[in-house]
Amino acid sequence: MNQTQFSDLTIWMIILTLGAGTYLIRWSFLGVIGSRPMPAWAMRLLRYTAVAVLPALSAPLVVWPNATGGELDPARLAAAAVTLVAGLLTRSVLGAIVAGLVTLYGMIYLLA
Amino acid sequence: MPPDLNAAADPSDRLTPAQQRALARTPRECFLHAMVQSVPFLLVLMPFGLLFGVVAGEAGIDLVQVVGFSMLVLAGASQFTAIQLISDHAPALVVIVSALAVNLRMAMYSASLVPWIGAANGRQRALVAYLLVDQTYALSIEQYERNPKLRLDQRLAYFFGAALAMCAPWVVASVVGYTLGKAIPPELALDFAVPITFLAMIGPMLRTPAHVAAALVSIIAALVFSFLPSGLGLLVAAPLAMLTGAWVEVLTERRKAARA
Repeated sequence: MNQTQFSDLTIWMIILTLGAGTYLIRWSFLGVIGSRPMPAWAMRLLRYTAVAVLPALSAPLVVWPNATGGELDPARLAAAAVTLVAGLLTRSVLGAIVAGLVTLYGMIYLLA
Repeated sequence: MPPDLNAAADPSDRLTPAQQRALARTPRECFLHAMVQSVPFLLVLMPFGLLFGVVAGEAGIDLVQVVGFSMLVLAGASQFTAIQLISDHAPALVVIVSALAVNLRMAMYSASLVPWIGAANGRQRALVAYLLVDQTYALSIEQYERNPKLRLDQRLAYFFGAALAMCAPWVVASVVGYTLGKAIPPELALDFAVPITFLAMIGPMLRTPAHVAAALVSIIAALVFSFLPSGLGLLVAAPLAMLTGAWVEVLTERRKAARA
């Protein structure tokens, strides 16, 4: 039995609608368009999909972190900067993650 | 490689040793290779999944519903959005619309995979769609772009290897997180696992001035439009950044053509 303001039925309705909607979003181009060739301008735009989405997802989380109630936090800001720079220099995702986490925990420890 | 094969070829057509190794792999080897390459992502995905279980438990969701979220929605950022809004007592419709908006970026992933695996059969494409998350997309598209000569069966095997390695632990981690519950101290700062994963993926992507310009516009626009309801700022920022990238690419090509 869940303890939210919603009934179990409503929670399942949310889960199923989200699941179906998300699936349709993912299936959209793969399912409908298939192997028909894409126009050149579309391909040019799509080359920048990831680099357009990921910074936009992370920027607000860095500047207004949930954990601090949206207050700018020096530890998280430093960790974000180090992660980005380490990724640029090493071209390694794991290296960047490790550098970022070390900075985060180091700063939290030092500032505590 | 015998030199005569390359005699007439453009230098950019020549394969590096790493590319030759990638092409020589059987689909089974591609599957396993992708699983191995997923390990760095797991280091961040697992705590993220744990955290989802923890916050879902705190919001009052029961265990079967947590599994339902992780198996049927299978999208970290939108699962967190939904749980956040449920604990904020938002109306069900607001929960659904906001969490779906967070996932709209996946239509772009879907579109950008078409040139690589659009030739697969309907059932395979349906399965790829189910398993298309940030991490499987990021890893696969990087592999396809680095090795454009991979065959379709190799590309699919690689994708499914990454999907098995990352999606199954996601579900397991959310169950474990739910069970561990409040035993995880907030000092661990798991909240920041998400931005760190995303930021770590961005650095290696900044290969050209066009990529850098797109990333800068993406950041600025996301901050400027952050007053919009959850997820919608992203829907403004991402297309702006894509247009910027494409525009800078056209400018660069024109300059190159003028010089030549």
